[in-house]
Formats: sequence, structure tokens, C-alpha cells
Amino acid sequence: MTGRPLPPAFFVPGSSSFTELVEAVAPHLRTRLTAEGTAPEAAGGLAPHGTTIVAVTYADGVAMAGDRRATIGSMIAQRDIEKVFPADEFSCVGIAGSAGIATELVRLLQVELEHYEKIEGTPLSLDGKANRLATMIRANLPMAMQGLAAVPLFAGYDLDTGVGRIFSYDVTGGRYEEHDHYSVGSGSLFARGALKKLHRPGLDENGAVRVCVEALWDAADDDAATAGPDLARRIFPVLALVDADGFRRLPDEQVGRTVETVVATRRGRPDGPAADLSSGEG
Amino acid sequence: MSMPFYVSPEQYMKDRADFARKGIARGRSVVVLQYAGGILFVAENPSTSLHKISEIYDRIGYAAVGKYNEFENLRVAGVRLADLRGYSYDRRDVTGRALANAYAQTLGTIFTTEPKPYEVEIVVAEVGSSPERDQVFRLTYDGSVADEHGWAVMGGSSDVIGSWLSEHYAQGMDLAGALGLAVDGLARDGSGEAPRSLAGAQLEVAVLERDRPRRAFRRVRAGEIDRLLASRGASG
Repeated sequence: MTGRPLPPAFFVPGSSSFTELVEAVAPHLRTRLTAEGTAPEAAGGLAPHGTTIVAVTYADGVAMAGDRRATIGSMIAQRDIEKVFPADEFSCVGIAGSAGIATELVRLLQVELEHYEKIEGTPLSLDGKANRLATMIRANLPMAMQGLAAVPLFAGYDLDTGVGRIFSYDVTGGRYEEHDHYSVGSGSLFARGALKKLHRPGLDENGAVRVCVEALWDAADDDAATAGPDLARRIFPVLALVDADGFRRLPDEQVGRTVETVVATRRGRPDGPAADLSSGEG
Repeated sequence: MSMPFYVSPEQYMKDRADFARKGIARGRSVVVLQYAGGILFVAENPSTSLHKISEIYDRIGYAAVGKYNEFENLRVAGVRLADLRGYSYDRRDVTGRALANAYAQTLGTIFTTEPKPYEVEIVVAEVGSSPERDQVFRLTYDGSVADEHGWAVMGGSSDVIGSWLSEHYAQGMDLAGALGLAVDGLARDGSGEAPRSLAGAQLEVAVLERDRPRRAFRRVRAGEIDRLLASRGASG
């Protein structure tokens, strides 16, 4: 046993924020990294980068998916990295950018949300959670300037309104609500194109999963840093769903079945489903 | 110049202990029971927002009696300690034993050095992977720690309820059985009067469920309490 009483700082009333607590009583855990002296953008080649995340709203909530690749420059650093995490029971967060900084950000966010919930006896609103994440991203701005940026995608089920919602961020902590679908990371341009064509209002759960897998496929098709599904190793995208029953990660077998359907249809048509151009011409 | 009255250390400690004990005995009791599926907390508490029972960490629960602001302070400090430890090491490194020890040191220091001792008694319970690994610590106002097995009761007429529990408690009860026993115990509060009848709305109930992944703590709402109590009555 440690044999020490609880420090006085633990009895200071008022704050329900874990981040503030850490900064007050254990600042060494939140050492602000600064890469002073290095040229801007120079630190980016030192550590793995996560690549593409997509999110899609559907009738019951929101789906988020991430490919499994992390890269250092042109090298594949890890082929089965996980980049989509539960933030709490009713929200999830996907990470793109510098992997070490982003996973630490997620870990802090998870404790922050649970800490608030335990101290206050009630969870934060979805907007409150999104705002907390914005503050944390802003704190990382000096590192982002050196090339170590972490730009997550946040999504959750809003218990007050009963809908799934998506939030994107920039490195300065700007928070933007996205509608219907969004993507971040190196393959996001290609994924967004696919999402626009494939998403429709009122998708069901299977439809949302299919749209995510198709969009990640298109990202991997044109972006070297995004991985397609690895059928030989059975490494599939991580797929998370958040609805009224909370967060759940789809089992690999289920994602695998969707992946196999997508693979089968792409054999006939490698560019993916064709848009219907017949209507409008009579 | 006036001379302060001499008070012997024995008398000084006794006065403080009597003061704390009186404060604790004024409120209603809290019962903590081990059952087959985990650990059950039952408090008589008509308020749905001022909790006597709460979650500290993944496998650790907290129950308290006495002065609300004092045990609430301790609860918040415990959550802060647990979250900070889990964040700097790993979630598995947060243990009920370390938390109970920190509370013991804190209460002990307050008892001897502060102008007024805390009028609280608390239980720190950790659900293990099997019933033998469950840990229930009861801490009193002066920082004494007791390692409890089976059941613990604090506050109010804890001696009356304690003797009822020691007569009727059995290992490996199901949730309905354990809840029924705890409520029967709480209803025997009050000297020699007939047992009162307690319904879900007057009770605050929570469980640490062994089989739940990660966060084991769950509040049992009034409707479920009444259902559980009725199912026990039906099965005899």
C-alpha cells in the first residue's frame, strides 16, 4: 500500500474536467511536446501516420470506419492498426494524422468524458463532448506546426434529439458539424467522392456499412497510404456503429462478409457501383 | 492571562469519536452484500440525485453514510485518484485496496488534525473475477479499515440490521434474494417497532456485476427493484 493520504488538490471543489486535474496535479503526464529548432513540417517523417476515416449517418445513428494502415513516409509502419475507438457509450472517434499524438488524444478524451460523467452523475451533451475534443486539439497546435498534426473525426448519437451526428476539426481546434457523411485523412478526397454518390437519406444499418466499405475501397484505390481489405490475412476495416443502444464494434466476420460482397461486385466493375443516369431524360 | 483547560488525549479522542458516531447514527443505513453475480449496494434514500452509492472506477463502487458534503468530497477525490492512476499506468492498476488505503490515511489525518472529524462511514468494494476475489473494505470516521466478507452495514441502526443479516445471510444468493434480504434488514431499522415496508422509490440500489465488460457498475431503477422484490416474494 502507498500509505499516503489523498492530496489536497483532489478536494478542490468545482472542476469536473480530467484534463484540468492532470494539468494541476500531474503536469508531467501532459508534457507539451515542442519540436523547437526543427524546420516547420520536419518532424512529420519521424513517426507513423494514420490514414483514412469515413463516417456516415443512417436511420438509427451513425457509422464510422477506418482502414488499417499506418505509414512512415513511403513505408507501411503497421498493417493492422486500429484507428476508430469508442469515446464513451454514445460516441466514437476516428484518428488521422500523427498516430502517437492522436492515440494519446483519444485516451485523454475517453478519460475526460467518463470522468465528467462520474463526477457529475450525468454524461456531457454530444455538443459538449465535441467541444472538449476541440480544446484538446487546439492544445496540440505547436506540434501540428512542426508536422505532427492529429485531426480526428468525432461522431455520436445525440440522446436529446435521437439522431447520429458527425463533427470534423482543423488543427487550430475549429469544430465543424458535417451533414450525412464526412471523411478525413490522406485518402479522404477519394472517399468523399464515393460517399457523395453512395449516401442517401434513411440508409439502414447494412446500407451504412456497405457505403463505408465502398468509400474506403475507393480511397485505397487512389491513395497509396490507405489500405484496401487484406483478404489473405483477413484484416478488414474497423467498423463502429453508434445508435440508441450505444457504441458497438462490428465483429470481423460480419465486416468480412460485406467486404467479400464488395470484392465480388468490383470484379465485374472495378470502379464501383454506377450512378443511375436514366432518370431526367424521360 | 487565561490558561487553557487541560484535556487528556484519551478524553480528547473519545469526545471526537462520540461526536462522529452520533452524526453517523442519525441517518438511514446502507447495506453492501456479496451475491453470486457480484456486489449489491442498497441504501434507503428517497432522493434520486443526491447519491449515497456511486461508481469510482471500472470494478470499484463506493457507498457512504453520514454528512453529504463530507462523503461527496471523499467520493470526488476517489474518482480523481482512480482516473489519474488509470491514465498514468493502466486501467488494471487501479485497485480497491489502494483506494481504501488512501481513504484510510485521509480520514485518519482529518480525525486527529482537523477542527472537526468527518462524520462519515464508507465502503469501498471491488468486484473480482470470482467471488473469492471480491474485496469489500469498510472505513470509519477515524481511518480504521475493516476487510468485510459477505456483508457490511453502516449508519442508522447498523447493529440491529447487522444481527439480522448475520442470521440470514447465505453465500451465493441470486440478485433478487440478496436484494430482498437487504431490504428486510433495512426495514428492521428503529428500536423494537414492527418492520417497515420499503418500496423501490424509497431505495437507492446499484450493483457491481461480475460479468459486465469493463464498467461493472449499474444502477438498479425503482421499477426493476419492485420487480425483483416481487419475484422473490412469488418464489417464496
